[in-house]
Amino acid sequence: MKREGEVRIPSGCAISGIFSKNKKLFSGESAITSIKVMHDRSNGLGGGFAGYGIYPEYENYFALHILYDDRVAKKDCEEYLEEHFDVINLSKIPTRKIPSIKDEPLIWRYFVEPLHARLLDSQLDEKEYTARCVIKVNSNIKGACIISSGKNMGVFKAMGYPEDVGEFYRLEDYKGYCWTAHGRYPTNTPGWWGGAHPFSLLDFSVVHNGEISSYDANRRFMEMFGYKCTLQTDTEVITYMIDYLHRKQKLPLKTVAHILAAPLWSTIDRMEESKKKEITFLRKNFSSALITGPFSILVGFEGGLMALNDRLKLRSLIVGTKDDMVYIGSEESSIRILEKDFDSITYPKGGVPYIVTLKETQQ
Amino acid sequence: MKVDYFQSEYEIIRDFNKCIDCGLCITQCANGAHKRSKEGKLYTEDSLCVNCHRCVAVCPVKAIKIKKNDYSFKDNNSWKKEDITNIFRQAESGGVLLSSMGTPKDYPIYWDKMLINASQVTNPSIDPLREPMETRTFLGKKNSTIEFDENGDIKLEEKPFIELSTPIMFSAMSYGSISLNAHKALAGAAKDLGILYNCGEGGLHKSLYHYGENTIIQVASGRFGVHSDYLEAGSAIEIKMGQGAKPGIGGHLTGTKINKDISKTRMIPEGFDAISPAPHHDIYSIEDLKQLVYILKEATDYKKPIIVKVAAVHNISSIVSGIARCGADIIAIDGFRGGTGAAPLRIRDNVGLPIELALASCDTRLREEGIRDSVSLVVGGSIRNSADVVKAIALGADAVYIGTSALIALGCHLCRSCHLGKCNWGIATQRADLVKRLNPKEGRTRLNNLVSAWTFEIKEMMGGMGINSIEALRGNRLMLRGIGLTEKELEVLGIKIAGE
Repeated sequence: MKREGEVRIPSGCAISGIFSKNKKLFSGESAITSIKVMHDRSNGLGGGFAGYGIYPEYENYFALHILYDDRVAKKDCEEYLEEHFDVINLSKIPTRKIPSIKDEPLIWRYFVEPLHARLLDSQLDEKEYTARCVIKVNSNIKGACIISSGKNMGVFKAMGYPEDVGEFYRLEDYKGYCWTAHGRYPTNTPGWWGGAHPFSLLDFSVVHNGEISSYDANRRFMEMFGYKCTLQTDTEVITYMIDYLHRKQKLPLKTVAHILAAPLWSTIDRMEESKKKEITFLRKNFSSALITGPFSILVGFEGGLMALNDRLKLRSLIVGTKDDMVYIGSEESSIRILEKDFDSITYPKGGVPYIVTLKETQQ
Repeated sequence: MKVDYFQSEYEIIRDFNKCIDCGLCITQCANGAHKRSKEGKLYTEDSLCVNCHRCVAVCPVKAIKIKKNDYSFKDNNSWKKEDITNIFRQAESGGVLLSSMGTPKDYPIYWDKMLINASQVTNPSIDPLREPMETRTFLGKKNSTIEFDENGDIKLEEKPFIELSTPIMFSAMSYGSISLNAHKALAGAAKDLGILYNCGEGGLHKSLYHYGENTIIQVASGRFGVHSDYLEAGSAIEIKMGQGAKPGIGGHLTGTKINKDISKTRMIPEGFDAISPAPHHDIYSIEDLKQLVYILKEATDYKKPIIVKVAAVHNISSIVSGIARCGADIIAIDGFRGGTGAAPLRIRDNVGLPIELALASCDTRLREEGIRDSVSLVVGGSIRNSADVVKAIALGADAVYIGTSALIALGCHLCRSCHLGKCNWGIATQRADLVKRLNPKEGRTRLNNLVSAWTFEIKEMMGGMGINSIEALRGNRLMLRGIGLTEKELEVLGIKIAGE
């Protein structure tokens, strides 16, 4: 049987996210509670979490979470890392043996910074340098998969139901200001853990529900810019598009949302002149980044969280707020379990992003 | 004794029980295949028949049918009837064999070896009757990097673009090769549809200047009809480097077709042959093409996109990559099954590439080089229906050119005799009595109908795939699967085999 990456596997899913605007730190348990309610939206073939603000003591270093098939892969990958980075700390990621999570790969964590001389040599900034190294490892080193590469954040994912994955990774021991969670319903067995969500590059992490029909148009567009879609998942290509448009083209996330889920021409034609000009310009220039087909995504990034639906709103998504807290989920039950009394409940419209950021970064 | 080596290719069968002896067939057949004897009896000279079906279509009592003559040579797999008769023809004339329209030979048609995807269960199909379904297409260079002004706003610096309501355009057919009425129908339909037609290399007739917004004007090796007003007249300028039906050679419009009007439009003397040289004599290499591209851009103040049209030949992907780097905004690739008003038969039937393979390899190459967005790709040469359009776009085209399909909509029956200039349907002729048979208004409606019908079918297929905007289909090769193709063919097309 082909493993994920050699074959494209459509999936249905559940997603949820929790965010504290005041940067209150809370453990991963609430994310587990939330995603557990939507147990039936997953089928036990993938679950995962992303936490932001979880590594304050290493906040200036890139935290690499790496899955290895075997010791050879680990050796090859570590050799590569040592050639390119200063490894400040490395350790096994602590896990708990539970019956429902089996056949785990070797799971390691490295806090690194780019080697100064090599970084200078490359004429790149440290993010681009690190991103390129991550893409290189994932496409070239057999049996190694970097699932997380941002600063002060981390992705935890596995084969299994999300609540079991959370327990396996001992998420109660981590505290962050933002958590996203994902339960996966792939149509066939992915064969390994790398295909689970969230998908992450640098500080971006994406959880996604849906099957986009524009996949290959998006993939082939992204591969022009050096990205390699090794997993063949929607989430992977969406993450790369966000990275490309936001980090490389320096477009604000709201604008990125207008590209990924562009307004319909009939809507654009009714906009006032300057807005119409801008949106038309974006749609024309980034036409290959338009996503069609159903999706709801949560995009985690340093200091913020964005929720976005496809432009026809073919997937459910709900946002609740209470004081400084924002709760987002595929189903209302997933946020009601955490908070009974919301200040507001909204259903983001198709193609209209809901973006929340830390109060400190807003000032 | 004069021996006639030829048998007529078709037989005209008349049912005298039905025939009312009205004689319409005689007046309608410009080839003179229908005749009346001195005694007043109708008879036919079958050898003159080109099987254009005009008499069949106009006969008020449907008394006529055309049959393929079943005369035969002794069976021979190496020496088929066509081979033998062509040798007879050349032995007699000593000339180059001429023919028209696209090659009829039995080459593989890759469109028919690709299947389109549809949604089931994991994502929903979309119903174009109930949901918006977008086919609006822009052609031109994209901005590869976004720049911001001092306020942090995006600099909306526009490069020249063509906007189309649907990714279909009418390809270049010159005034001269086809009639003014055909041009009027194409121009009118392009305007109604919100698309563009291409006036071809024969200049632009004065009466058509007001369709400028929906016109692509062409600059070819003969430079016929090129002057400053002409360059400004259209929405885009196409440099014709080659044509799919006859790569490597130019055009030849015989003096008999150069009447007063055409002479004026082409800016050449009446009655003289109009010969387009095989190459542009100011373009012997890629750097020369760049100069012409920029000459035309300078002449039109950088406001119009420049299209470079090339025939699909063996190393097309390198050629296209070179053109993409020489300033062209759009590249049109013409496949070897594309039509022509006249071409040497051996060239038409043996030179060039199928457009499907050319398109796939060019799109792949431009992406490998990271320059796919610096240019739009338009493909033509045997787009027969809306499914071909969908497949072309999924392989990587931005839009398609249709020529033969448009002419068929106007009444062409593909008799492949355009070069004789006696088109009974008023399309490929300049004889006033024949031209007037094509009613431009009616032709315009028929073209409108055709493109609208195709657009709706495209929307249905897109909806089936769960795609509601044409740009998400472009280059989306996962939406295609090959059937009955070798591994190498699949590799060139960049698609998987059905079932995989």
